[in-house]
Amino acid sequence: MKSPRVLPGFPLALGYTLVYLALIVLIPLSAVFLKSATLSGEQFWTIISAPRVVSSYRISFGISLLAAAINTVFGLIFAWVLVRYRFPGRRIVDALVDLPFALPTAVAGIALTALYAGNGWLGQWLQLLGIKVAFTPLGILVALTFIGLPFVVRTVQPVLEDLDIELEEAAASLGADRWQTFLQVILPVLSPALLTGFALAFARAVGEYGSVIFIAGNVPLVSEITPLLIITKLEQYDYVGATAIAVVMLVFSFTLLFLINGLQIWTHRRHGRITG
Amino acid sequence: MSIRVQNIVKRFGAFVALDNVTLDFPSGELVGLLGPSGCGKTTLLRIIAGLEAPDSGQVFLDNHDASTADARERQVGFVFQHYALFRHMTVFDNVAFGLRVKPRRQRPGADEIRRRVQELLSLVQLDCLADRYPAQLSGGQRQRIALARALAVEPRVLLLDEPFGALDAKVRKELRRWLRQLHNALHITSIFVTHDQEEALEVSDRVVLMNRGRVEQMGAPDQVYEHPATPFVYGFLGAVNLFHGRINGYQLQVGEENLPLAENGFQSGTEALGFVRPHELDIDTDLASRAGIEARVERVLALGAMARIELTGAMGETTCHYEVELPRERAAVLKLSAGQIVRLKPARIRLFASDSQSAEQVPYLPVEHMVGGYGENI
Repeated sequence: MKSPRVLPGFPLALGYTLVYLALIVLIPLSAVFLKSATLSGEQFWTIISAPRVVSSYRISFGISLLAAAINTVFGLIFAWVLVRYRFPGRRIVDALVDLPFALPTAVAGIALTALYAGNGWLGQWLQLLGIKVAFTPLGILVALTFIGLPFVVRTVQPVLEDLDIELEEAAASLGADRWQTFLQVILPVLSPALLTGFALAFARAVGEYGSVIFIAGNVPLVSEITPLLIITKLEQYDYVGATAIAVVMLVFSFTLLFLINGLQIWTHRRHGRITG
Repeated sequence: MSIRVQNIVKRFGAFVALDNVTLDFPSGELVGLLGPSGCGKTTLLRIIAGLEAPDSGQVFLDNHDASTADARERQVGFVFQHYALFRHMTVFDNVAFGLRVKPRRQRPGADEIRRRVQELLSLVQLDCLADRYPAQLSGGQRQRIALARALAVEPRVLLLDEPFGALDAKVRKELRRWLRQLHNALHITSIFVTHDQEEALEVSDRVVLMNRGRVEQMGAPDQVYEHPATPFVYGFLGAVNLFHGRINGYQLQVGEENLPLAENGFQSGTEALGFVRPHELDIDTDLASRAGIEARVERVLALGAMARIELTGAMGETTCHYEVELPRERAAVLKLSAGQIVRLKPARIRLFASDSQSAEQVPYLPVEHMVGGYGENI
């Protein structure tokens, strides 16, 4: 079946896409699987189910999900303020949002540690309240929230800009209060973008290393993240052990991202944007 | 329910959208707010709905001052030009929205909501589309759903902002008739905004003509068409031929020629503008006659029952354009052809004093035609 298109080149474009994907993503990742395949099943299981490793999964994935959730809420508020209100310095705030993208993560980690340490600017006051941030899982949460913020803001912002004010006016004239308008009219339209932002922030947080290791304190079973364990194994020349843990991370992340994608397709369907 | 707006002023920066507007909308009538874009008609509608706050002035709904009431408290149904349907909801959920967001004590039960929505969907003749999403509907269907959604909350007033503006000509005409029938059945006080004079004259019980933030005239369609109060109204409600001249007794002296006047409220010597509709002009092929004004036939368009003839005339240095509408039989008798010189005889001339202001108010009046006349479909 051939139908005329304005822009030709489907075979070429698809071929290029697949080769590119293979070179950049699939081949390096399959190397991880191949390397870990040198282990017997029992050895593999022993490595990936060690208590220290299991606790690192919980910390890495648990805190990443939490950080992504926090970013979804505050990223939405951020995007809302940037789109809906005009205030002096708006452009500067807009530019600042991207800063976590550009900053070397180690710099972010050191800055956050200095800030939240027991003698830091914020840390000393929090300590009076009995809250310890640096060198605890809470510190990891702070770092992962920091690096994930731009994702939600940048995915939600364009959708919010396109959102017709008339929808809100229609809801108001039908008698809906502000909360109902937000929950039933605005949020459903934003939810695909929010989900994308959540998925990106989560994926970024799971893979984050640089900023976390400074603030986490890296206490085994308490504040060790999975990427740190991989690095530790590499430093001990345990390449196979490192790839085994990496495989678990990959499968976990892929499954979660796949589920989020599925959720997104489902919301799209529900919004009646079925084509063809 | 009656609506009254009193001394409404609204500015957007330096632009005056509404300049001290006072209007009464009688209960149960369908009123058309008509005017060129930027005349303030949509702003007035939004102020009545509570979607916009006036700088000063008041809105009375049923003789109660509603000026400070929030849009959601006014019980006003609003239909937007671009429908503003909730695209993530089915047609059914869209129509049910207004019922479902009611406070728990007033909210009808699920069965009652289902019954009401079905009733409204059959009223707008779309009962079979309840499970579709707005994206799957045509423009005309979307607008009918938007109307059903607005009617679901049993509004006291229905406001429609250019409801057919985004639709094509055929659907427009159909929906126009349908809206009129719907209004005859429901008798809910309604105001609709349009820039299409044909639409306003055809659908409304009463027409309000607005220009530059002011009300030019309000009245029944035939009344405003037959007795336009200002040159603007005359020009806006249909094609016009304009004759600029000087009053001389019961004659309007245009250049070298004289047009007889049936009535005249002006003093001799006054500069005046004579307005003549295309169907009020007759063509005389007898050049020996001294009646009327000389013109040259440019084009003859015989479509349907009426023939439209486009002519040009010379008025000193400038060329002016005229338009005449004749019954087809009459045009056939005249045997007009392009290039032929004829004489134009107005059956009726409507005079306005030609001070600069009134001439300026005629919409889209090209300056070079001021001396003579022009005919243009506006």
